Amino acid sequence: MGSPAMESDMKKKVLTVDDSRTMREMVAFTLEQAGYEVLAATDGQDALSLLEGNDVDLVIADLHMPVMDGLSLLRRLRAMPSRRSMPILMLTTEADERKKQEGRAAGATGWLVKPFDPGRLVSVVQRVCG
Amino acid sequence: MAVEGSRVDNLGQFKQTYFDECAELLAIAEAGLLRLAPGTFDLEEVNTVFRAVHSIKGGAGAFGFSDLVTFAHEYEAVMDAIRAHTVPVSYGLVEALIHANDALGRLIDHARAGTAPPPDLIAAAVTALRADSGHGLPAAVIASGRAPAVASTAAAPESPRRSFALRFEPNPDLLLSGNEPSFMFRALARLGKLELGCQFDALPALTELDGEKLYLKWAGTLQTAASLAEIEEVFEFVADDSVIEITPLAAGGAPAAAVPAPATPMRSAAPGTVAPPGPPAKPPGPPVLYGSRDEPPATPVQAETGEPVQAASGGQSIRVDLDKVERLVNLVGEMVITQSMIAEHLRHLPPGQHREMLTGLEQLTQHTRDLRECVMAIRAQPVGSVFQRIPRLVRELSAETGKDVVLVTSGEHTEVDKTVVENLIDPLTHMIRNAVAHGFEPPDEREALGKPRTGTLHLSARHRSGRIVIEVADDGRGIDRRRVLERAVERGLVPPGVQPGDAEVDDLIFLPGFTTSEMVSSLSGRGVGMDVVRRNVVALGGRIGVHSIPGEGTRFVLSLPLTLAVLDGMVVSVGAERFVVPITNIVESLRPRPADLRRLVNLCDVIQFRGQFVRLARLHRLFDIPDAVEDPTRALVVVVEAEDGAQLGVLVDDIQGQQQVVIKSLEPNFRRITGVAAATILGDGRVALILDVAGVHELSRRAGPGGGRLAVEPPSQTEAAA
Repeated sequence: MGSPAMESDMKKKVLTVDDSRTMREMVAFTLEQAGYEVLAATDGQDALSLLEGNDVDLVIADLHMPVMDGLSLLRRLRAMPSRRSMPILMLTTEADERKKQEGRAAGATGWLVKPFDPGRLVSVVQRVCG
Repeated sequence: MAVEGSRVDNLGQFKQTYFDECAELLAIAEAGLLRLAPGTFDLEEVNTVFRAVHSIKGGAGAFGFSDLVTFAHEYEAVMDAIRAHTVPVSYGLVEALIHANDALGRLIDHARAGTAPPPDLIAAAVTALRADSGHGLPAAVIASGRAPAVASTAAAPESPRRSFALRFEPNPDLLLSGNEPSFMFRALARLGKLELGCQFDALPALTELDGEKLYLKWAGTLQTAASLAEIEEVFEFVADDSVIEITPLAAGGAPAAAVPAPATPMRSAAPGTVAPPGPPAKPPGPPVLYGSRDEPPATPVQAETGEPVQAASGGQSIRVDLDKVERLVNLVGEMVITQSMIAEHLRHLPPGQHREMLTGLEQLTQHTRDLRECVMAIRAQPVGSVFQRIPRLVRELSAETGKDVVLVTSGEHTEVDKTVVENLIDPLTHMIRNAVAHGFEPPDEREALGKPRTGTLHLSARHRSGRIVIEVADDGRGIDRRRVLERAVERGLVPPGVQPGDAEVDDLIFLPGFTTSEMVSSLSGRGVGMDVVRRNVVALGGRIGVHSIPGEGTRFVLSLPLTLAVLDGMVVSVGAERFVVPITNIVESLRPRPADLRRLVNLCDVIQFRGQFVRLARLHRLFDIPDAVEDPTRALVVVVEAEDGAQLGVLVDDIQGQQQVVIKSLEPNFRRITGVAAATILGDGRVALILDVAGVHELSRRAGPGGGRLAVEPPSQTEAAA
């Protein structure tokens, strides 16, 4: 409970949405070490159904996923009154400006550029969900 | 920062996951590529390949496999160009992509082994890709290898603390992008000593206040050892549409530069100009202050999604070391034995007493069975993972032989124990190889015969009688029985002048070293014949058979047990011996009336069973067991059915009961015996043999009318005699 990253006893919940198992596990491992509780979904649709039963403090979604991609997930979440201002980070290898702008326009809180950097992940997560 | 560089090393534990996943992703990519053809293509297929390569690249970046990142990027760029329709799909390109997929696989192998790939490996594949994707491909820029690795750890302690003046005027819609100033300030506070004041001047009257808009501005100072870049990074996501000024201060607190203007504005934009289109404003609520971003009570989500509501459990899984599952399987096996021991002891209790104990035992039996099934289900895998490899094989084989073959598969989702899946690959590869090399006629010959030029190869999997049955069926020429028999006589495998039945001739192809000149080709000349396939299959408790119709095709049928660990069996007694008959083989048990028994002209004993005659196999004769009940009308007949549908009446003294038995393989401890699948330990500690129904059938056929003892023979001939 008394993790240095947490200011209260309630762990913050993060949902990682990625079709890559490696990425899901690494994100989960890194954030759990930093004192977060992590849920995982394999694509956008999976994330939506998970969110029906769980409230989370942050969503980290990959851009490219089968069934429902990251941008579609983002748009769907932003269309829900209760999720309008929820922090949503896009995890992507696309460093280019076009993808970022598309994400911004759709209401992304921010983006994380792969390759996966554990230290950076934690600092960004702390910055957007405390 | 809580996270230091050492964390990166901890991620090494995910390499295994990554490599496992790579294998799956490569197979997915390959399957997608094989479905890619010039002209119309399924965009989703292209996307699937793209995502697979993309995931491989993503993981490679995390582990620092730069060769892999570089090459995956090239490959991915081509897939991206295909889906953007800037590069047309040609057969040459598909070939190049398949080779690229292979090259990627080899790079992954090198990364796994920690060896450097041969330098020409990447170069050759990249050249081929670029040549075939032509001018439409944008010059690939390898970005991922040097992605911004922004220092996220706290600045080195020796760097002096400096002061910065901060001004932050967020876009009013900032909250709608999920950004939260209070968390950003906390991040700043982690960098050093933060003093920040809030400006309320823009705050409207309460009645005009929009709860989702941000009317506040902040200004203050930060004393920190962190660099300017680290401070800027905090505002990374909001820099584009907010006003942010970070100005280094001289020791006295005045701006270091003489210029009054902000020294390093990250980006100045009039608030609102680049504002993201926010959702319609909701009715004014209480003023929202950062730090207490209370959201309205969550409304049910289903109401606003048009999508079907999916089970929330979908996709949740954990990876478990296989050894742990093996231990679990073994323990369940031991538990099954213990449970049958208890049952054995309770059997001797006076009847009508200890009801509770008997009820409890019944429940225990049921739970043990459920537990066994659950544990086995953990190891179960769809055969699709094996089937995935087949299209590639067929494609290669048809290219080599100049035959047109389409592959039709069904039953990919049929599940079977992991150990069985692994053992399927080799026999299946051989059956396919055999079918394409020998089964199909060349296209011209097919046309002359009035058949379609393209041959069809059916590959199917299904469950039957508690086993998995895999069929490989071609619509080719069928087995040339005349040639096969000639060859067999030549090699002394069949005495001259004997005319075996069609099925027996077909079966000759499984004899060791058996080849006809038709069977020798560059493809089959890999040193392994169908005899080896059969031996390996039989060693697993499986069977392989062939059915052929001249001119119409050949069908290989392979059957394997679903698991190699436990089975449900009927314990029967013969003399002082106990045998276990697998429940899945049993059709019925009966005590024949004298009128049901017949002796055919060839002196073969049969019993009449539901209007048909079934051959009688006297176990005590086949296995030479003394003191057994000889008269069938005073013994019991267990009618069993083999996978091929052949029925047999097995004569036993009595039935002891039904129970789960743990399979203990005979081969490692003794050797294979025809008619016996394996052994087990019964509740009373005795060893019982588990009958192999098809083997018993074979034994009784070979034993002939006398039904004499034939069970013991030199092992080398055991398989040959099939």
